[in-house]
Amino acid sequence: MLRLLNIEFLKLRYSRSSKILILTYFILITFIALIASIEFPIGNINFRIADQGIFNFPFIWHFNSYIAATLKLFLAIVIVSMMSNEYSNRTLKQNLIDGLSKKEFILSKFITVMVFSIVSTIFLFVVSLILGLSFSDYNEFSIIFSDLEYILAYFVKLTGFFAFCLFLGILVKRSAFALGFLFIWWIVETILYAILKWRIFKGTDIADKIVQFLPLESMSNLVKEPFSRLNAVQSAANQLGSAFEKDYSIHWYQILIVIVWTVLFVYFSYALLKKRDL
Amino acid sequence: MKTILSINQLTKVYGPLKAVDNLSFTIEKGNVYGILGPNGSGKSTTLGMVLNVVNKTSGDFKWFDGAESTHEALKKVGAIIEHPNFYPYMTAAQNLELVCKIKGVPSNKVEEKLEIVGLLDRKSSKFKTFSLGMKQRLAIASALLNDPEILILDEPTNGLDPQGIHQIREIIRKIASDGTTILLASHLLDEVEKVCSHVVIIRKGVKLYSGPVDGINASHGFFELEAENTELLQQLLNEHPSIGKVSLKNNLVTAIIEEPMSASDINRYLFEKGLSLSYLIKRKESLEEQFLQLTNQTTA
Repeated sequence: MLRLLNIEFLKLRYSRSSKILILTYFILITFIALIASIEFPIGNINFRIADQGIFNFPFIWHFNSYIAATLKLFLAIVIVSMMSNEYSNRTLKQNLIDGLSKKEFILSKFITVMVFSIVSTIFLFVVSLILGLSFSDYNEFSIIFSDLEYILAYFVKLTGFFAFCLFLGILVKRSAFALGFLFIWWIVETILYAILKWRIFKGTDIADKIVQFLPLESMSNLVKEPFSRLNAVQSAANQLGSAFEKDYSIHWYQILIVIVWTVLFVYFSYALLKKRDL
Repeated sequence: MKTILSINQLTKVYGPLKAVDNLSFTIEKGNVYGILGPNGSGKSTTLGMVLNVVNKTSGDFKWFDGAESTHEALKKVGAIIEHPNFYPYMTAAQNLELVCKIKGVPSNKVEEKLEIVGLLDRKSSKFKTFSLGMKQRLAIASALLNDPEILILDEPTNGLDPQGIHQIREIIRKIASDGTTILLASHLLDEVEKVCSHVVIIRKGVKLYSGPVDGINASHGFFELEAENTELLQQLLNEHPSIGKVSLKNNLVTAIIEEPMSASDINRYLFEKGLSLSYLIKRKESLEEQFLQLTNQTTA
């Protein structure tokens, strides 16, 4: 296991573009802190975003995991290309000839993906903790460590998404096309949802029940957008007389759906590689 | 003798095409084998199957005593295929270190093997800056990292300039003289002839011959003769009981020998019949001629 991780680490370590993307990704996560310094005047009141409660425990866990998750595209590029480059450089063939089994090959990629997710999660946790401790209005121990399931959801979401990227890298074999395919997949899911919601099951929530099983939708469901939870937005909506009722919490079955997709994607990758002649 | 690889009824079908058809042969330790066949005859497909990158359709193969899985066995094998495949953004030494990790051998041999192929002074250059000849030599160094029981080379001189071809052949000869078993796939006959002791000839995926290079054709060779009276020469040769087919080309008569006979035997015979030769040579078919003979025999 360590050997596989070591092999993959060597491959990434010397790739300049991967290093830059990975570095950018982590730097951008720390830049969440910069949101704190955004301020703009409304009339004669100085409006500071940090004062709107976004860095309050436990809301910060939700807010930061949502923001950080949008950055996952940087790592997605690294993952898709680390897979498809093995095809375009034909090093996959050489790896197998040198004595790596197809199973070990997939495993080495998946372990790397897991490491990316774990490191991202720990990083996010630390950044959020520091931000929260500096800006949060509530600093009681029990409040700080409540709602931590958002961090768990973030981890599951990243792993699932990266496993999807791995699979696309193997399926399409070209990094640019694989990323394009990812985009097309997202459009297809969106259109499917629209058709179900506004045509077939109009006026019911059956459409939502169905699309929550789709891979990208299930991943984005894990950490829903946190903005409408903000006090300012809530009170504005109340004044307009259209208070939201939205379920922001994470349910065990949502996590399960994403885990099932992760397992499927890894298995599909392996099955595809096993079936192919190189 | 220790068997390194045995292939039994191995078959690969691509759609309607039978790329490899019931191929069987065995590789023993210590010999240098050549797989010879025209382009597209199934050489690379065969190697691909035993090297775990092409899925076989039927039949089986066994590495060593067959006790371990193919990918474990491949750690004791060194192989390069047509095109050298490495990570372009990594240096020669980094690429070899990666191979060491995959093969599970310590990386202290990297410099030694780079030395063998004459790339030690370029060890810190990125792979993408290498010429094809250097890439191919790096591939050989990589295949040698684990001191393999067998070295498999698929068209190692393909696309190289004469100097590069010469370098690669020298390296192969050096490795062979150290007693390493080698399996060399090539469509170049003189390459196989110069390097190999045993040969497997395949054509359209079917095995035509397998055995020692000398044994390809059990013929006793042929004479090339010239005399002023070409017609008499042909007539006398046709009368000789040990001479088979006689043919004429550019005034040069070629006579196939069917029983062991020396050049002086035929000279004496012709002289006694009153014909003096202006030119006489006894030759054995080169591998090329034998190869063409073999492959033509089965042309429908």
